[in-house]
Amino acid sequence: MSDTEAHSVAYVRDSMLPQQPAPAGQSGAVQWLRENLFSGWLNTLLTLVGVAVIYTLVMHFLPWFLHGVWDANSIKECRTIITDRYGEGATGACWAVIRERWHQFIFGFYPPELYWRPILAFLLLFVAVGPLLFTWVPRALAWFTPVYPFLAVWLLWGGTGWAPVMVFAGFLLGGAILMLLASRIGSIAAFSVGAFVTILYFLFVVGPLIGGLQAILPWGIEPVESAKFGGFLLAITLGVGGIMMSLPLGIILALGRQSDMPLVKAFSVIFIEFIRGVPLITLLFVASLLLNYFLPPGTNFDIILRVMILVTFFAAAYIAEVIRGGLAALPRGQYEAADALGLDYWKAQRLIILPQALKISIPGIVSTFIGMFKDTTLVVFVGLFDPLKGIPDFIRADFNWKGIYWEPFIFVGAIFFILNFAMSRYSMSLERRLQRDNH
Amino acid sequence: MTSAPDAPEQGFRLSQLIYDTRYRSLTIQVVVFILVMGGAAWLVDNVIQNLNDLGKDFNFSFLGQRAGYDIGNAIIPYNNDMSHGRALLVGLINTLWVSFLGCVAATIIGIFVGVLRLSKNWLVARLMTVYVEVFRNIPVLLWILVAIALLTDVAPSPNAYKVNQQTGEAQASMILDSVAFTNRYTAIPAVHFDRSLGSLDTALAPISLDFLALVIVLIASIWVNKRLMTHAAKVQEATGKRPTTWWKSILIILGPVLILAIALGINPEEPQIKGFNFTGGTNVSNSFVALWLGLSLYTAAFIAEIVRAGILAISKGQTEAAFALGLRANRTMSLVILPQALRVIIPPLISQYLNLTKNSSLAIAVGYLELRGTLGGITLNQTGRELEAITLMMLIYLAISLTISGVMNVYNNRVKLKER
Repeated sequence: MSDTEAHSVAYVRDSMLPQQPAPAGQSGAVQWLRENLFSGWLNTLLTLVGVAVIYTLVMHFLPWFLHGVWDANSIKECRTIITDRYGEGATGACWAVIRERWHQFIFGFYPPELYWRPILAFLLLFVAVGPLLFTWVPRALAWFTPVYPFLAVWLLWGGTGWAPVMVFAGFLLGGAILMLLASRIGSIAAFSVGAFVTILYFLFVVGPLIGGLQAILPWGIEPVESAKFGGFLLAITLGVGGIMMSLPLGIILALGRQSDMPLVKAFSVIFIEFIRGVPLITLLFVASLLLNYFLPPGTNFDIILRVMILVTFFAAAYIAEVIRGGLAALPRGQYEAADALGLDYWKAQRLIILPQALKISIPGIVSTFIGMFKDTTLVVFVGLFDPLKGIPDFIRADFNWKGIYWEPFIFVGAIFFILNFAMSRYSMSLERRLQRDNH
Repeated sequence: MTSAPDAPEQGFRLSQLIYDTRYRSLTIQVVVFILVMGGAAWLVDNVIQNLNDLGKDFNFSFLGQRAGYDIGNAIIPYNNDMSHGRALLVGLINTLWVSFLGCVAATIIGIFVGVLRLSKNWLVARLMTVYVEVFRNIPVLLWILVAIALLTDVAPSPNAYKVNQQTGEAQASMILDSVAFTNRYTAIPAVHFDRSLGSLDTALAPISLDFLALVIVLIASIWVNKRLMTHAAKVQEATGKRPTTWWKSILIILGPVLILAIALGINPEEPQIKGFNFTGGTNVSNSFVALWLGLSLYTAAFIAEIVRAGILAISKGQTEAAFALGLRANRTMSLVILPQALRVIIPPLISQYLNLTKNSSLAIAVGYLELRGTLGGITLNQTGRELEAITLMMLIYLAISLTISGVMNVYNNRVKLKER
């Protein structure tokens, strides 16, 4: 700017004007509308289209929801009630099917007098995972976490109480051997001995031991067979069981895939690529049709357990890839620092590498869990009663509820949505909580 | 190199296998190998014993036997006198076909939703968020079942499209006069050539020479257009000025194809209601439409998130820098933003394609006969060869997956950041 202007300022204001509120068009709701909905012709057009879509959807579905009937014994009765109330041609939801059959959606064919057992197992699940998930839960509760799986299996399936106790004792035995021998003969040898003794215990000792103890001191609760499981009880059992078992397996596979040992790496890669390359349905078919071929003649074990094993393999392969990403994302210096401290492989992994790698992998792990929980609905194709198709098909087979589609879909879909949405929101909050970066 | 005497030679002790880091990894690998091979041998031994007990053997000759069942959606010629192997092929092609169309639809919807979710328009962004969250958090099986329920329960019967003589109106009307959803099938227009070249009979399927000619001409035009682009780039490098190419490109790519299509007398053959059914055009079975719709809508929610993340990953500075260099908006998009965003978008996108392909095995829920329905369903049940059928089916799915991920790796290596 040329300096001639600078001298021509004749008057400088020396008093401040009081602040004024922004004009009506530039503040509050009007401004918000202008900025967010009508800022240009394209934006306005999008808004109008959006409003039109919402209007159509609401006009189409709202009456159906509002005309819902909760109190009826058959779909025919529902329709009669709706016609009586809202006139000829009115349509409405027949929520009565949910009201009458909610217990099948939730528990399948579990004996009603024993509903307290799955409910208790479900509540205890929060006690077990609480110390892991939330900082405000007292750490002292953590002893319950390893006990919980055994307790939950016992509560769900029932049977003799000695079985979970003795199986748990087997793991304690292995752990004790590892602890005792680790300082004397080194961790690898101690681990081998511990694993060997534990496997021998499970193969030869545990069965007769449980039988003997049960004969001497009968103790147990009413057994419930797997065929009685169904609905969300089945989905959550499979989901939680799969999650608990697939996380450690996935970590081991990921470490194997990142290993320097070519043979270990090759086996891990083959396993992961094979499982990830085939649809879950084919694996479920393996569980239901082929597993008997691979086991010694005469072996026959529970279909839910079989499915759970394959679901675990499936989830573990995906989790392994997620964790591998986390491991690869760690800077090289972290590995070198661990070596410089003189830590051995397992200590370095446990104290330095895995905590950081797992933290990076949280979003991926949780979305794998969500995917797995959704995929538990596929068990309907091997004859189990999942809440999405198995149970509704069973209910529709009843003449009273023939032809009812939407209400079960909406009910089951809503529950899946709530559970999965909660999981994804939790993972977001966990991510924020574990954020240690300063930028 | 002479050996450095780093450790006093004390002879080899057995404990070195565990405690000496030089040998430890070897020991571990040998033990792992023995365990894995032992486990595999145990499994194979069990299989042999079990098959013996059942009096079965392990061979694939059942693929040559007469299948004896019909497939409603066969794309290549098939009848029930053909072999199980042919049925397998029909199923495989059905799998690939529905996966391909699903991927195309999911990508289109996904890009729309992903971009609109970033829109400044509050209402539209919220609507798209709701779409993504609802579809992502509910099992895909439910969407397929909803689609089939919509088609069989809500869609009118073909009869409803008939014009009532007295009122002159039909109960239902076709979309754009060419697509009709009915509770039995969906009628869509077909392509008809007035001066058709006929078709070429191959062992697999008859190939329409008209389409073949169109595809060849199109590929040739694209090749010529590529040459034009290279030439333009060369001129630009030599003189600093880029010759105008857009109208030439359009002419080269579309011109020959259009001329050929007109020469062949192309015209759409629209479905007409005649009697109780639609004739003319193509009737697509509801099971196919439901599977396709369910898979596309579900996968699109995931693709939308990938697209959104890819766009957000490119920092605003890149756009600003490109503008500062004087690049126009479309060149900025094609030269600066897209190459970087695609590097982020493509790998997860392809794994979504893989997921969609694998999820197409849910066709079992709607009765569309694809690979799992033919080989893993009816063939398996008829021949009782569980082991062979499921092994073969898994291997085929594995081959498809490995092919797709192999292509992805090639692409990834090509667009990878070249660091020095």
